[in-house]
Amino acid sequence: MIREGKVFKFGDHINTDEIIPARYLSTTDPGELAKNCMEDTRPGFGGQADVDGSILVAGENFGCGSSREHAPIAIKAAGIQCVIAKSFARIFLRNCINIGLPIVELGETDAIEEGDYLKVDFSSGEMSNSTQKKEFVINTYPEFLQQIIRSGGWLSYATTHLAPERVLKGGS
Amino acid sequence: MDTTQQAQTLTEKIFSEKAGRAVTAGEYLLLDVDVALGNDITAPVAIKEFEKFNGRELFDPDRIVFVADHFTPNKDIQSAMQVKMVRDFSRTHGIKKFYDVGKMGIEHVLLPEQGLVKSGDLVVGADSHTCTYGALGAFSTGVGSTDLAGVFFTGKAWFKVPEAIRVELKGSFSPGVSGKDLILHIISELGVDGANYQAIEFTGPGVAEVSMDSRFTVSNMAIEAGGKAGLFPVDDVTRAYESQRGIEAAPRTADDGARYSRTLEIDLNMLEATVARPFLPENGAVVSALASEKVKVDQVVIGSCTNGRIEDLRSAAAVLGDARIAEGVRCIILPGSQEVYLQSMREGLTEKFVTAGCVFSTPTCGPCLGGHMGILAEKEVALSTTNRNFVGRMGHASSEVYLASPAVAAATAVQGYICGPDAPALERLGELEKKGPETKEAVSTAP
Repeated sequence: MIREGKVFKFGDHINTDEIIPARYLSTTDPGELAKNCMEDTRPGFGGQADVDGSILVAGENFGCGSSREHAPIAIKAAGIQCVIAKSFARIFLRNCINIGLPIVELGETDAIEEGDYLKVDFSSGEMSNSTQKKEFVINTYPEFLQQIIRSGGWLSYATTHLAPERVLKGGS
Repeated sequence: MDTTQQAQTLTEKIFSEKAGRAVTAGEYLLLDVDVALGNDITAPVAIKEFEKFNGRELFDPDRIVFVADHFTPNKDIQSAMQVKMVRDFSRTHGIKKFYDVGKMGIEHVLLPEQGLVKSGDLVVGADSHTCTYGALGAFSTGVGSTDLAGVFFTGKAWFKVPEAIRVELKGSFSPGVSGKDLILHIISELGVDGANYQAIEFTGPGVAEVSMDSRFTVSNMAIEAGGKAGLFPVDDVTRAYESQRGIEAAPRTADDGARYSRTLEIDLNMLEATVARPFLPENGAVVSALASEKVKVDQVVIGSCTNGRIEDLRSAAAVLGDARIAEGVRCIILPGSQEVYLQSMREGLTEKFVTAGCVFSTPTCGPCLGGHMGILAEKEVALSTTNRNFVGRMGHASSEVYLASPAVAAATAVQGYICGPDAPALERLGELEKKGPETKEAVSTAP
């Protein structure tokens, strides 16, 4: 899997209230959530045309706070290709794996600037910054998590391998 | 089965019991959960996922608990539709533990109070403050909606057994100091990501001095240091609480010699009333240092899953005494459950609050997350007993939230600026403490 795009850069401790404020939580519609993505930290971000197809880069503890899955859903639905941060808050990381939003933990995000063009190859573990002409090596996940990611998320894995009998016939 | 080959943390012990073999931190496990929780914001996402994957029936409806508490009583048509989705799904799939308006409380007050979670349980909840039940010696952690949908299908969730940080307690709280001050102090020490991917475990002689309601407050905010869980040992305090709910709990502690990633030592006698400044819970300062700044507040909120229990209301009422709240301050009291609401009435606390000029609400998460029932306008300042003070958390992006205990909140409501309880109020708090068992006793469960 390869993800590439132009960088939007954020700081440390970006919490889920900033990613999608609670006043927008009375809907579960991904398109609606995407419109208000990052609203309280960068107003208007969700409505910007060039967010679709971009890569979000941040500092420490990205996604801290509430467990709302609306946060990674909003990011994914906004067309963001992957999120790269120095570290992720635990529940946010879990939600990304479960819904299939690619993420990279990378200690060197300070070296990446807003507007840089990144290409991440999740199969080879290589990442390049073509703007700055730099190469990075990214960590791969433990086998158990890779199985979930390869299946396309936790429910694809669970309904295929663990509980096919509880799915309606002819279903996915 | 041998689950005790080497000295284990309480976290490793609970995971070992559930896995049926000795496990150590770092292992990935797929385990049956005892309880999975969803609310009116997170359950609809799980229900939609279940339907997207053509779900036919639940693995076990009896281990699912739904509480409609965030935007309820429904604040608008959209939230009404979300609760309707949860209500209809519960009916279709035979989920009996759906708590609607009239029966509901704030989820993390309600579940322990009603004995729906117990010591030794493995619990997941699609709400980050699910870590509250660690107070009972359960391993309980916040997950996302997809995890909840996974439990619908399989009864299971995936886990990485976390390492643990030990917090060794000694001494006992001074009057006016409680669980909220302890956890705000710990978060200041660890930082908002200091316990990321880890459990926090409380040990030491000071544990016995921490009441059940204070333990719930402490465990509740483990997540604000990034913690996966905040675990207390199962001791006489826990066992008395559970026995009132017809639950026979076995004592349960970490082994001597268990490995911890780090240890914090805290003397409860040395703790002072603490306030977290905007915009992170790690910005703790002792209230005595803040009082000279005379930070004026527009709103005081007392309640929430963090501090909406009867002991919290007793402490706020004791500080209030016969005073009225300051002109220009709006004070909102949010009891955590119907039972807390009733108990507050029985003890005359509700009348005291209303007479003082506060409003007394139905249980709801309400303003804590900027939902309803007390949203802040531009540049307004609130002092709140809730758990997060992020940018825009309680309303307008330019508003500010300070976090503190119910005692500090009541004192602040009376003075109109952030301060701790004065000497007479501290005396009343001391008397409350001395009244002993009958006031320390938790609220009885509803029939």
